[in-house]
Amino acid sequence: MIKIQVEHLNLQYSDGKESLRDINMDIAANQITVVFGPAGGGKSSLLRVFNRLNDLADVKLISGKVILDDIDILDPRIDVTALRRKVGMVFARPVVLPMSIRSNLTYGLEISGEKRESELTEAVERSLRLSALWEEVKDRLNEPAVSLSGGQQQRLCLARSLVLKPEVILLDEPTSGLDPISTGKVEATLQELKEQYTIVLVPHSVQQAARVADSAAFFLQGELIEQGPGKELFIKPNDKRTEDYIMGRFG
Amino acid sequence: MRNKWTEFALNWLIKISGYSAIIFVGLIFFFLLREGLPTLGEVSIRNLLSPRWYPIEGYFGLLPLIGGSLLVTIGAALFSIPIGLCTAVFIAEVAPRWAREVLKPLVEILGGVPSVVLGFLGILILAPFLRRFLDIPTGLTALTGSILLGAIAVPTIVTVAEDALDSVPRSYRDASLALGATEWQTIWRVTLPAARSGVITAIMLGIGRAIGETMAVMMVTGNAPVLPVKLSSFFSPVRTMTATIAAEMGEVAKNSTHYHVLFFIGLVLFIISLGINIAASTAALRQRQRSERILS
Amino acid sequence: MNYFRRIGQLRANPNSSASRNLKQRLGFSFLFVMAILTVTPIFAIVIYILFKGLPAISWTFLTAFPTDGVKAGGIFPAIIGTFYLTIGTAIFSVPLGIGAAIYLSEYAPDSRWTRMIRIAIINLAGIPSVVYGLFGLGIFVIFLRFGTSILAGSLTLSIMTLPVIISTAEEALRAVPQSFRVVSISVGATRWQTIRRIVLPQSLPGIMTGVILGLERAAGETAPILFTAASFFLPRLPNSPLSPTMALPYHLFVISTQVPGMPVKIQYGTALVLIAFVLGMNLIATTIRSRARAHRQW
Repeated sequence: MIKIQVEHLNLQYSDGKESLRDINMDIAANQITVVFGPAGGGKSSLLRVFNRLNDLADVKLISGKVILDDIDILDPRIDVTALRRKVGMVFARPVVLPMSIRSNLTYGLEISGEKRESELTEAVERSLRLSALWEEVKDRLNEPAVSLSGGQQQRLCLARSLVLKPEVILLDEPTSGLDPISTGKVEATLQELKEQYTIVLVPHSVQQAARVADSAAFFLQGELIEQGPGKELFIKPNDKRTEDYIMGRFG
Repeated sequence: MRNKWTEFALNWLIKISGYSAIIFVGLIFFFLLREGLPTLGEVSIRNLLSPRWYPIEGYFGLLPLIGGSLLVTIGAALFSIPIGLCTAVFIAEVAPRWAREVLKPLVEILGGVPSVVLGFLGILILAPFLRRFLDIPTGLTALTGSILLGAIAVPTIVTVAEDALDSVPRSYRDASLALGATEWQTIWRVTLPAARSGVITAIMLGIGRAIGETMAVMMVTGNAPVLPVKLSSFFSPVRTMTATIAAEMGEVAKNSTHYHVLFFIGLVLFIISLGINIAASTAALRQRQRSERILS
Repeated sequence: MNYFRRIGQLRANPNSSASRNLKQRLGFSFLFVMAILTVTPIFAIVIYILFKGLPAISWTFLTAFPTDGVKAGGIFPAIIGTFYLTIGTAIFSVPLGIGAAIYLSEYAPDSRWTRMIRIAIINLAGIPSVVYGLFGLGIFVIFLRFGTSILAGSLTLSIMTLPVIISTAEEALRAVPQSFRVVSISVGATRWQTIRRIVLPQSLPGIMTGVILGLERAAGETAPILFTAASFFLPRLPNSPLSPTMALPYHLFVISTQVPGMPVKIQYGTALVLIAFVLGMNLIATTIRSRARAHRQW
């Protein structure tokens, strides 16, 4: 089943950086789709289209269609805040809000109007269990979130995105600052999560891409070069440029 | 969940607050014009440019007042610029960390002392001292005013200049030292020139404060509207534009010529401070643009 | 002897390392003297006023009305007057100033209009205080017919205090990391929700510091209230915002320049109370600032 359909997407920023040119791709539901490639390829920009986060940036031109569940999310008339609750995001460096662990998680619910204590508590536990952090923090939910280690903070950010029961989770180099053990934990969590969520991931290395991808898309300088099932793309890519990048000949 | 209307109203309130500064500047200008411009209809230009200020008999010569302000401000500049800059250099470049943490708050405190207190001390201590020390008839002189104004301007100069010196990138200093220069040479040949626009801003803001100061000068400059022409005028009483307004406004009849002239003086002061501030902020803007270009 | 030899060395070889070091040491000493010259007056002022003013301070002095003209008794109405004016200034300038700061930090685009706002703020900051007094007289006392009143004085002082509050508040708001705002938006918050729940609370200490510093200046100013609020001697405390009031800075001004035979002790006492008020606020502001820095979660 296709969760997101991208049709002829063009994106240009005012300063000319990180543009996207005529992107056509499908993101399948309940899979991990990996978007990889060298720096400046447009991968982060693509992710930020999916939750309309690039509304905050200086976008000169955006055209095409991005259809999520039969709705074109680029349409100016849609409710962007509702979209962002449906499409969650985890950033490269863990950014915890300057509050307690618990408040970090309930923040998203509170701003959407949820006030019932029971709902909030249940959501906190559920999301922490999902991101494999519950056992480590269940006794110190009221401590400041900054007291957690880097790996824990990142998993907290993952939990924060899960609290709102999104359908799609976007992750932009989520393990780039983490040690191998924490990285492994995050990757394992993603494998479990994909049964219920659609995951789009920008990896921080080709190796990570190869480890987790169900479907992989190679981006080079704003263009989608090729997309295919993970197992096949990394072993025998169709395009020479993809092969060169995977082999480390450039990038 | 905040509904759309609350959000909309709030956004508008914030936007209005943002533009309020422009509204106020406009209002002030407008009112000064409204009450001050009639002067040009009631008093001849020749009168305004004469050296006699004696409103009771219809003499509205602004020259002594402008001269008084200028004299006192120049004097203040002569005191405050060297002392202020050297202090700023000391705090930014020479003093050890712990000394900085002590000196900066102290300078801030000096900047916070109300000018009326300084004027008060000026009357009771500085003026008699100067009278005895310099053997002059009265201690209420332009010099006294300059000293006090210098004391008022110094904190502004120190704070802004120190900030400017502090934001010179370390790499400039390191490069100079690596070439074998002493710290002293680095300060005067590299750091200070690099912070030049910020330092000029500091000086202009300090001078701006000096020109606009009212109470301290009113209390110690003797309030004699005499055109200062000789060097020795420094040691005799003068009167500034600001002191004139403060001293005489209480006694004028509304809408009399005197009233209009006082507003006119206010208008002149407004325009002067506008000029200084625009010049200072253009200098600051150029400094930021230059450093952005260099560092990018 | 050594000293003269070194000076000779300096003259003979001005670029040698030894002479450069000597020059540096002399130069640093000179700067040090300048700095001391700047800082000593503060100590001198505070200590001197403390010394000469303390004898005048008593419970009566602080809580009683002036007697014998103003040559004896207390300065209670002046203290209350300054208090009222400060609160009045806060009421008008704080919401407006913080609102403007929020606009500049969170909403304003990089346009010509925004630049004009900033120029306007710089100008407001530079206008001489007596010109504010004139403006206040023209618009509040006369045009709007508030008369010489706490209301007119507070409004005048508010406009004067606005630039200080706006610039410090804006700086405090900008100091909050941008990443917080991005995260907040990414979980579906609106811009105002982000400001209200994250940006504003995190910048509150910085904003408060700026507010207190601004109010401290307003409390000490005389010229703006000369024609708009201040009255020299009132037998009763002001009973409404439309009544005139006594005020500490104005009181000090009059008793030190216009009352023959004024006891010096009371003059110093009044100056001491005024300085204590102002420095007290300064201390509060600095404490808030350093405690906030220590407790920051970012």
